[in-house]
Amino acid sequence: MSPSRTDLPLLWALRALAALAGTITLLIAAFLILEAWPALQTPGLSHFLTDASWFPASTTPQFNLVPMVAGTLAATLGAMLLATPLGIAAALFSRFYAPPAIATWFRCLLELLAGIPSVVYGFWGLVVLTPLIRQWAPPWQSPLAAILILSLMILPTIALLSETALRSVPRAYLQGAAALGLSRWATITGVALPAAHCGIMSSILLAAGRAIGETMAVLMVAGNIVKVPDSLFAPVRTLTANIALELGYALDGHRAALFVSGLILLALIVLLVSMSEWIMRDDPAAAPNGAAETSTQVRGLQHG
Amino acid sequence: MYQARIRLNALCAFLLLMVACSGEPQQSVDAGALSEKLTGQLVLTGSSTVAPLIGEIAKRFEQTHPGTRVDVQTGGSSRGVADARRGSADIGMVSRALNADEGDLTAYPIARDGVAMILHRDNPLSVLSEEQIVAIYTGQVRNWREIGGADAPITVVNKAEGRSTLELFLGYFKLRNEDIKPSIIIGDNQQGIRTVAADPNAIGYVSIGTATYEASRGTAIKALSMRGIEASLENVRNGSFPLSRPLHLVTLGSADQASALARAFIDYAASAEVNDLTEAQYFVPLTH
Repeated sequence: MSPSRTDLPLLWALRALAALAGTITLLIAAFLILEAWPALQTPGLSHFLTDASWFPASTTPQFNLVPMVAGTLAATLGAMLLATPLGIAAALFSRFYAPPAIATWFRCLLELLAGIPSVVYGFWGLVVLTPLIRQWAPPWQSPLAAILILSLMILPTIALLSETALRSVPRAYLQGAAALGLSRWATITGVALPAAHCGIMSSILLAAGRAIGETMAVLMVAGNIVKVPDSLFAPVRTLTANIALELGYALDGHRAALFVSGLILLALIVLLVSMSEWIMRDDPAAAPNGAAETSTQVRGLQHG
Repeated sequence: MYQARIRLNALCAFLLLMVACSGEPQQSVDAGALSEKLTGQLVLTGSSTVAPLIGEIAKRFEQTHPGTRVDVQTGGSSRGVADARRGSADIGMVSRALNADEGDLTAYPIARDGVAMILHRDNPLSVLSEEQIVAIYTGQVRNWREIGGADAPITVVNKAEGRSTLELFLGYFKLRNEDIKPSIIIGDNQQGIRTVAADPNAIGYVSIGTATYEASRGTAIKALSMRGIEASLENVRNGSFPLSRPLHLVTLGSADQASALARAFIDYAASAEVNDLTEAQYFVPLTH
């Protein structure tokens, strides 16, 4: 397997670029830890979990981040619950039910949806969606609005990547199912979905990553009150919104506390990536299917 | 072209400086000789409200005066006063009027900061007393009906921690951020305008510059008068609007004890040349 001589420059160029990408990631993590370090020393990590509330710039500062972790998780989980079935259904429709011409148009629309900048979603949410919610259940800026907006944003990620995974199920599998006389629905549930489940799972986890990291759209519709969410209608603040709202004006201890928010966010993403890696390893047979194509599509979807 | 304009600006600034310092307006000066004179480093510390504006002004000042370096650090108005006294800063930044016991300093106003309380345009109320505003923000009044409005819950819109508008609002009404019971917390002024314009039951506050601009463009908000004084840029500029404050640069001792570089920078920061920067930060310039 040793590379041929003509490959060597390319190989080293790729190694260098990979090393660069890896180094940058590590440097970002190191920077976060460095900036958060003063806050982890004083007041100390326990304050971020046990303080009464979040008033970092007060004369008696309070640093409780738990409500914001809960807010982030609630908004993300809610959006996943809504977007996952819709996204998979959209993928199944596009792959197995839609006539080819419609399927092409449908995919184009989904790609368009994926390409809309998040601040546009946020603005639309603020001026159109939240007033609608307000007529129904004030106060109107709420986790419900955040969940709806986030679902809309991650739906195309799930739909497009799942569709790719379904498309890369070997033709022989489907022909085999047809030869056995299985109905279309039985082919989907018995053959296509099991064969593509790894690609679909990774699409869901990628979408979760986007939902956790989403800032502007959530900031504009979620209400940003620091409180553990106890209903769909009580405003919440997410970790990302917390950083975006306060970092521009934060000094010293307050600033360091915001970097602790960033650190927690990073930890959540690391957890998510490890989960997706674990799922990939769990099913080596299915892994080659979606993986290569998925990663090329991801690039196209991540710019929002 | 650009270079030439910079030179001209620089020349004007120097001339002004010479006029101010020497009292000999007829003295003819050579720009080359002067730019040698204005070199060195300035350190400014103080109010986090003033610092972003001064940071922008400093960038432009450094461009027009090559060879100078202006270092801006935040830390609050008290630090600005303390550092100017101690000499660890050439100029302090203070977002309030000087107190009686600060007579050893000279304050130079560079702009004013004003906050307007805003309601949705369709809200039947158009006057609120200061007690009513405090009661609304502390959660004692939760329905517009209690103070003579429609029967609807009040949506209390507050600013995120660290914003200068929040600081001014809290200081004026003598509230602590912990006492406020907000329904929604927002970041910048634009988001505040959009939020209130989208909700007939909302009350919020934003910088007066943004409020008057948006109201004049037909956005569905109205700015409340305070103590009978209309929320307008003019009333902030002349200091009559209650919910406003001066933004100051301060130096130790009398005006002529300040270094030439410090004087030049202060004159520049108060000149009409930086009005665009002042307005971009939602403050009100003193000169037209």
